[in-house]
Amino acid sequence: MYSFSAADFNAGLGYAGAEIFLGLAACAILMLDLLLSDAKRHWTAALAVASLLIAAALAAMEPVSGRVTALGGMFEWDRMAQALKVVALLTVAVVFVYSTAYLRRRAIMKGEYFVLGLFATLGILVLISAASFITLYLGLEMLSLSLYAMVAFDRDSGKAAESAIKYFVLGSLASGTLLYGMSIVYGVTGSLQLDTIAAALHGGLEANVGLLFGLAFIIVAIGFKFGAVPFHMWIPDVYEGSPTCVTLFIGTAPKIAAFALAMRLLAQGLAGAQPDWGQMLVVLAVLSMAIGNIVAIAQTNLKRMLGYSTISHVGFILLGILSGTPQGYQAAMFYTITYVIVACGSFGMLLLLSRRGFEAEMITDFKGLNARNPWFAGMMAIFMFSLAGLPPFIGFWAKFAVIQAVLGVDDTWLAVVAVMFSVIGAFYYLRIVKQMYFDEPTDLALIEGSTLMRTVLSANGLIVLALGLMPGALFAVCQRALQ
Amino acid sequence: MLAGHLLSVLIWLPIVGGFAVLAFFNRNARAARWTSLAVAAATLIASIALYAQFHDQSAAMQFVERASWVPSIDAQFYVGVDGLSMPLILLTTFTTVLVVIAGWSNVDKRVTQYFAAFLILEGSMIGVFAALDALLFYVFWEVMLIPMFIIIGVWGGARRVYATIKFFLYTFLGSLLMLVALIYLHMKSGSYELAVFQRLPLSMTEQTLIFLAFFAAFAVKVPMWPVHTWLPDAHVEAPTGGSVVLAAIMLKMGGYGFMRLSLPIVPDASRELTWLMIALSLIAVVYIGFVALAQKDMKKLIAYSSIAHMGFVTLGIFVGFQIVARTGRTAGVEMALDGSIVQMISHGLVSGAMFLCVGVLYDRMHSREIADYGGVVNTMPVFASLMMLFALANSALPGTSGFVGEFLVILASFKANLWYSVLAGTTLVLGAAYTLWLVKRVIFGAVANDRVAALKDLNGREFLVLGLLAAAVLVVGLWPAPLLDAVRATTQHLAQQVLVSKLVP
Repeated sequence: MYSFSAADFNAGLGYAGAEIFLGLAACAILMLDLLLSDAKRHWTAALAVASLLIAAALAAMEPVSGRVTALGGMFEWDRMAQALKVVALLTVAVVFVYSTAYLRRRAIMKGEYFVLGLFATLGILVLISAASFITLYLGLEMLSLSLYAMVAFDRDSGKAAESAIKYFVLGSLASGTLLYGMSIVYGVTGSLQLDTIAAALHGGLEANVGLLFGLAFIIVAIGFKFGAVPFHMWIPDVYEGSPTCVTLFIGTAPKIAAFALAMRLLAQGLAGAQPDWGQMLVVLAVLSMAIGNIVAIAQTNLKRMLGYSTISHVGFILLGILSGTPQGYQAAMFYTITYVIVACGSFGMLLLLSRRGFEAEMITDFKGLNARNPWFAGMMAIFMFSLAGLPPFIGFWAKFAVIQAVLGVDDTWLAVVAVMFSVIGAFYYLRIVKQMYFDEPTDLALIEGSTLMRTVLSANGLIVLALGLMPGALFAVCQRALQ
Repeated sequence: MLAGHLLSVLIWLPIVGGFAVLAFFNRNARAARWTSLAVAAATLIASIALYAQFHDQSAAMQFVERASWVPSIDAQFYVGVDGLSMPLILLTTFTTVLVVIAGWSNVDKRVTQYFAAFLILEGSMIGVFAALDALLFYVFWEVMLIPMFIIIGVWGGARRVYATIKFFLYTFLGSLLMLVALIYLHMKSGSYELAVFQRLPLSMTEQTLIFLAFFAAFAVKVPMWPVHTWLPDAHVEAPTGGSVVLAAIMLKMGGYGFMRLSLPIVPDASRELTWLMIALSLIAVVYIGFVALAQKDMKKLIAYSSIAHMGFVTLGIFVGFQIVARTGRTAGVEMALDGSIVQMISHGLVSGAMFLCVGVLYDRMHSREIADYGGVVNTMPVFASLMMLFALANSALPGTSGFVGEFLVILASFKANLWYSVLAGTTLVLGAAYTLWLVKRVIFGAVANDRVAALKDLNGREFLVLGLLAAAVLVVGLWPAPLLDAVRATTQHLAQQVLVSKLVP
């Protein structure tokens, strides 16, 4: 076990600088928000975005040398943690920018959204850096509890309350499953530290039945947090029922957390059992791609459709993870980051089209967008083509990397299955492009949205294109993070 | 400075030009038209400059440019041309200029986006023909789908949405399987260069699977029977310009892919599966020829005629293996490959022209039904004589470009098997039958109705477009030597390359 030392503690304070700052900032903003009138509520948003950016800068500037554990072996700092934290913090900052204008127009501009969002982000950061089951669970619950509350924060919406209850009940069940799995693994290996568990597995525990039993529970929990079939039932309902700005939040940054959860638990702690969890994930991945893509075709509500689309993309992320090679992990990380960037833009477009008394959420709300506003129709087309995996957009390289990883472990049939389902998937993304370009508009309202939001959303679209033309930088980040 | 980067200019000038048109002239249709014409003309001039400096004695890649693109996955920006891609690039630039002129006034909806889409399409098509890196090839191959999807979907006919989504999904499925094969080849060889793939030894199982993956991509594009069903839909619903580009250039991608990837990378599998390819080609020639006879819609008829003519291209590509098996000599192989390339160019010119002719009629009558026409020659004599020329070229009359390619392929297949040439030869009858019957019903006879009686003959712009195409058809038909010279060195090289087995010992 670790014994306390001042040097370890001081180093840990540095590594956890972003978390500490964000935690303090969230508390301060919570207090400050009490003093602000509704008209001045935009200060809450501005401060929240500023603290996210500062935390991102802190994480980006903290030096990294290999992998170090600190704070009594609870906390871990490596290149993967750094990259994922920076991406998560920037993503949430963009999410807040998109949400501000929307909340104001929908007259639900409340400080809780931002404060809960900050605490959820803190949970994501803690989860990313978890070196033991305890930290992992702490981060996960901090994230989940904040999300349950966020879904319900629009108190007058019955639909949102219903979604929140569903999410809460199912989410608690998953958390319970995770705890149960963890406790079995603890019983078998005698440790909560991921590194010690990994060492114990290499010491001849790979085939232990108790361990496999615990592993199954852990896979269920990971499947739930990702939203992989057959643990996906909450996704469409929660995506549809939440206020769109919360859907945007749930659809983006927590995916990074889910990826980190899978990496820390499976690739790090239970690496020795890769043949076992690899097989379990094959089932989840293929089912997710199948159900996600096929059911998405039947949707008329865009939020719901994007929910099923998430499920299918999760299938791809799992494909990368299940190959169990560094190349596969890199591909999964590349895919996760890509998905988050593109999902941010697609939900951002929904927020842009919503206005006072009108919630854009049906596919038909995009009818004739090209005639109303060719620029943002172009942006949405970029997001949709990217989700479909077409070059020259970043989504293509994500699919490319995953297929490469799967072929790298000689699972050619999985690559072919993945490819088949992406063709099915292309259909419903094309349908959005069809609505925007081939149909005439029925709703001629001007596109509102603050200048800031329009700028960030445009930048978001252009990044998807620019990274698609020159994906080298993002490949390099993922390669360095997971060597 | 630009001299060393002529291919980059050819690829990026139209793409950048297209985006510039979109950005600056969204509300100014007139400026958009003129800028697009200028960009297309400049690209044509650049491609002529490329041809002027092209050495036709060499089978090596020329105008090679190589730059790092995504180093972490070994992808490069690596382009070059040889005798196979050079004529196709010229065809692309020439066709695009014609399409821009042809769409000058008959497109009235979202004019700017129409022209921009064609320019972006042009750049990516040139990219496909020039790419020597498999990933670059793949990226251009897929990028091409987006503008075409938009072109058919926005400016197309009544069932345009169905047609364009069908077109997109068919081609997308095929190309993704090709992507899997390309990644596999990269794993084996550690590079994405096509030249490295060509040297890579592979076992028969690997070759067969890779061949089938390539087949999925290229057979859909050609299109070969039985995966041709997207083509009649796409052609019928596409606007005239879209049909022209689809028929003249995009179908050639399939033939080009077979020659550039399938033959040299998996020669042994190509040899083993020749029977399949020849069977499918002959089915396309004969069966689709009969299908064309039964059509009532002019565009559909020409679309089916395209499939039949492309059957010649695939026949010429694959019949060589059987020539060698039978005679033990390579002479006929080159002839067959030459014939395929000439047939691709000729079909590009002729089918493009036929679609433009239908477009001319459609702009006036807003009908593609053969039954709505009759006696057009009485009111549009100039148009009638041009269309007659293209119809004769479509039925491979000696003296037109259509004759050269089909003749070479039939002659070569004669060396492989008498029955191949007999079956392929039926196209001379069937092609003449459906094309000339079409002309008879539309052009000749008594004036069918008042609307035909009120038709006005070609205006200057239409005459310019069809006249240029007529000149090209006659030049290739009467004096094919320059074209054959340009491709000869490359086909000789290819013929030798494919006959060397690269099976893993």
